[in-house]
Amino acid sequence: MSEPRQQAHARWVRVTHWLLAVSIFTLFVSGFVILMAHPRLYWGVAGNDLMPALLELPISPDYAKVSWADSAPMFDDASGPVSASRTYDAFNQNGWARSLHFLFAWWLVLVVAFYWLTGAVSGHLHSHIWPGLRRLSPQQLWRDLVDRFQQRAPAPPGPHHYGLLQKVAYSMVIFVLIPLQVLTGLTMSPRIAAALPWLLQVFGGFQSARTLHFAGFALLLLFVLVHIIMVIRSGLLRQLRAMTIGERHD
Amino acid sequence: MTKIITRRTALIAGLAAAGGLALARAPRQLPPTYGNLLRMGDDITYAAHRVLLPGQSLVKEYSKADLTSFPAIGTTNPADSGDSFAADEYRALQQNGFRDWQLSVEGSVAKPRTFTIAELKQLPARTQITRHTCEEGWSAIGQWTGVPLSLVLDAVGILPTARFVSYSSIDDWIDSIDLLDALHPQTILAYGMNGRDLPVPHGAPLRLRVETQLGAKSIKYLNRLVVLDEFDDGGPRGSIRNGWAWDMGI
Repeated sequence: MSEPRQQAHARWVRVTHWLLAVSIFTLFVSGFVILMAHPRLYWGVAGNDLMPALLELPISPDYAKVSWADSAPMFDDASGPVSASRTYDAFNQNGWARSLHFLFAWWLVLVVAFYWLTGAVSGHLHSHIWPGLRRLSPQQLWRDLVDRFQQRAPAPPGPHHYGLLQKVAYSMVIFVLIPLQVLTGLTMSPRIAAALPWLLQVFGGFQSARTLHFAGFALLLLFVLVHIIMVIRSGLLRQLRAMTIGERHD
Repeated sequence: MTKIITRRTALIAGLAAAGGLALARAPRQLPPTYGNLLRMGDDITYAAHRVLLPGQSLVKEYSKADLTSFPAIGTTNPADSGDSFAADEYRALQQNGFRDWQLSVEGSVAKPRTFTIAELKQLPARTQITRHTCEEGWSAIGQWTGVPLSLVLDAVGILPTARFVSYSSIDDWIDSIDLLDALHPQTILAYGMNGRDLPVPHGAPLRLRVETQLGAKSIKYLNRLVVLDEFDDGGPRGSIRNGWAWDMGI
């Protein structure tokens, strides 16, 4: 420690990165467990086992065993809505999964709020994260993509070396995906949707919000996977050092 | 803050004028957590709802064209339940067209009494088409006809010390809601569904509808209401001791 080393990432960036990572990971796991209880997705207001699904995911250990009895039309029209009684209850761990999900949703909102605020005040968002709309031409993005795959020696860690696609990806997550996850999540709450009815209008109903919440999860998962691959490609240990103790070895 | 309280007070005052009730007061206490981190998260969410959201916003109501198929889960016929005493009792009541079904209303009320279904039908009725949202992730649209819980509480003279309403069913479910939800205009004791008598799989002859919370709070086969001054977790049968959140407004 004879000479002060340059910090790759500011301390507040390093701290929020890992706080965010913990909350995203926990939300992924708990959200997935919640989805396992009813692994069917729909569009619109209502959707249930007696209605056709948009998509059914094979993620429950025993959903195939769910069976129904006493199916009966609810109105004089025999082809109309029916009622049926469920005779087998599939895997459901929502007691802890839902509460864990909401606890870490609070965590996520607080961390992201702190990140936005500090990022705006420090200029980090403006100078390192936001790509600038003028640079977003197809040619520029294509060149950045080609560069990324032709690169022999990856850029060193630190926000000064973020590429255009990298900035676009980070901005999408921070300014679009996470806020949409929060809003679609709030839309699914009966009491919040009662107080803020525009949420149901914006997302097209409870089941649409739920399906969009899942699509947001899929995109965030894709981001995390690509992020981890890129970190490994550009030197896992070097990147981990930069994002933890902050040291940079050039 | 002042604005919210004023609006809430105005709403409740309006409701009180309609129902002749004393002013409802927000709960003074949070549900116990028993040191469980998840239950602490539940309390944060519940407190946030009660502080940030107006207490009596109406949930969206739908039209008859929106009615959908409706799954019945959990107990779908108490006469088939393993508890032979309750099963025999229910079967006998059912054979008599539920004419002898009694809803007992007791606790912090001036005149504890019981109501038959016929007596409940003499009180002003409310019909509403709402979304039933299951904690599992599915939803269904149903039309419910019944008497607002506020009118029943008004009829027995709810005491000014009351803060919660606990309720239980013939199939031994127990749960409770705070007074803001109990006095909510859309919280009804439903004896009709989709224009007919409430069918057995959906809780005949009487079920609760708590539209501001998830479906699990809207218990079927309702036969007892207890008005409480203090929070009661329902004991070993209650949601908290079974690893679930008490408030399901989310």
